[in-house]
Amino acid sequence: MITETSPQTEPEDEAESLADWPAIRGDFPILDQQVHGQPLIYFDNAATTQKPRPVLDALSHYYQTDNANVHRGIHELSNRATAGFEAARARAARFINAAQPDDIIFTRGTTEGVNLVAQTWGATHIREGDGILLTEMEHHSNIVPWQLLAERTGAKLMFLPVSGDVGLLDLNRLDEWLTRDVKLFAFTHISNSLGTINPVADFCARARKAGVTTLVDAAQSAGHRPLDVQEIGCDFLAFSGHKMCGPTGIGVLYGRQEVLADMPPYQGGGEMILNVDFQRSTWKPAPHRFEAGTPDISGAFGLHAAMDYLDKIGRHRIAEHDQELGAHAYARLSQLKGGIRLFGPHVGRAGLVSFLLKDVHAHDVVTVADQRGVALRGGHHCNQPLMHKLGVESTARASFYFYNTTEEIDRFVEVLREIQEFFGA
Amino acid sequence: MFDELGDLYQQVILDHCKHPRNFHEQGQATCSAQGHNPLCGDQLKLFLTMEGDVVKDASFVGSGCCISKASASLLTESIRGKTRTDVRQMFDRVHDLVMTGEVKGEVGKLAVFAGVHKFPARVKCAILAWHALLAALKGEGHPVTTENDET
Ligand SMILES: Cc1ncc(COP(=O)(O)O)c(C=O)c1O
Repeated sequence: MITETSPQTEPEDEAESLADWPAIRGDFPILDQQVHGQPLIYFDNAATTQKPRPVLDALSHYYQTDNANVHRGIHELSNRATAGFEAARARAARFINAAQPDDIIFTRGTTEGVNLVAQTWGATHIREGDGILLTEMEHHSNIVPWQLLAERTGAKLMFLPVSGDVGLLDLNRLDEWLTRDVKLFAFTHISNSLGTINPVADFCARARKAGVTTLVDAAQSAGHRPLDVQEIGCDFLAFSGHKMCGPTGIGVLYGRQEVLADMPPYQGGGEMILNVDFQRSTWKPAPHRFEAGTPDISGAFGLHAAMDYLDKIGRHRIAEHDQELGAHAYARLSQLKGGIRLFGPHVGRAGLVSFLLKDVHAHDVVTVADQRGVALRGGHHCNQPLMHKLGVESTARASFYFYNTTEEIDRFVEVLREIQEFFGA
Repeated sequence: MFDELGDLYQQVILDHCKHPRNFHEQGQATCSAQGHNPLCGDQLKLFLTMEGDVVKDASFVGSGCCISKASASLLTESIRGKTRTDVRQMFDRVHDLVMTGEVKGEVGKLAVFAGVHKFPARVKCAILAWHALLAALKGEGHPVTTENDET
């Protein structure tokens, strides 16, 4: 059982002891239910994860005892809310080993983080003819904001190719892509549809050598493995609270202070100003310059509890467990007779598997699996260009988290067999 | 086993999805329209050969899930010899059927889609071909998508 920790005490990884996975699963009340008369098997964790009790408690505790607006009041509740909000910022800085809390901007999630960089940093650093290098495995949220920026500025988008179904990037040719025209290299840490884990520190080192600014999409990695932005050496890194046991509506954009310092504001409003006259205003320094209006305060409290919770388990343990589940699923699925196409690398994959059954559409797989209590995702996973490149419209995907078990995977494979039989494939 | 699913994937539907009828292009078609379901990537193109006010021939091509394929296949069979007014009425009946599960008026074989209403996420799959049909009759050039409409 993982119990709540107070914001001040940082939980230490208990390196010696083993994680008690069944007890940890017990922290997630939602998992204990039947769906269509069958025990729920939640395999849609890449879309959003479930929330443990300490996170739910932190949310209701905040609203029951501390709720007030931040940075405005001088009364007790406002002081508490502000202290808690800023404590969450400091906690997020420690979570990814940022140099200081001021490197942490609270956002709605990964999508807003990328859009913020595109609109502010992009406005002052990207000109006509500049190159923005992405990869073919990016989520729409790391493509469309750059398309909008390219439309405004006349910059051009380039895509590092993915090597077919195994879903690896061609790293030998990366240096050729990092030409003098390229101003930004933005890439995902873990692919949400392929399960590829990219060597992001290597990417950043090569980009730095070429004088290229870097942004890491850590949506799928932040809750799944230790993250150290200084070791990675990125300029920006974005992630979402809801994919790592936290509530929806809160996320983090990390920016190196030197890079944040000369970026123009994102939105205008309260909280972000030093002084406002009728004609012009002056801005606060980062991160407050980028946080106009009342933020998601309860979300920050919830995210704080989520980060404590994950570190209490130990993110290295979560990463190991992910790999075990991912490898087990991949092995079991590749043994499935009757035709299955698997996407993503054979080894060193994240805890998710995308697949297609021969002659059965992904949506039919998801509908039937749902009737068996298994929650999967079917579709393009916000990776439409990648799907087109692989010559498919959609795939089915099972994505795991630390509360999932190999028994659940075995049951899921059994359901897939039934599906093959049902559709006569 | 598979009780609810049996309602959705009726034998007729499974049969039409595995062996779609009238599954080809028509060089001589009087009109055609594309249907696209951005959610699942379902994509189909419907071809009609009209003789005056009457549908003389109908066919389709494309890719999609079992429900959307079977729906397009059964559509091409059921609209032959029907007038524009008949077709419009059939659309309304099928629409009601997949939304409520209730059969109002003569729908023939299309009654097999009654089970779809229990699977809200799949209503769009069942109705896609029918939207393409209306678009083809109206002679609309641009593809119809399931996102422009309540269903
Ligand atoms: C790799 C990746 N990037 C970005 C996102 C977008 O995250 P959010 O919707 O929380 O902003 C997702 C989630 O769907 C993702 O998987």
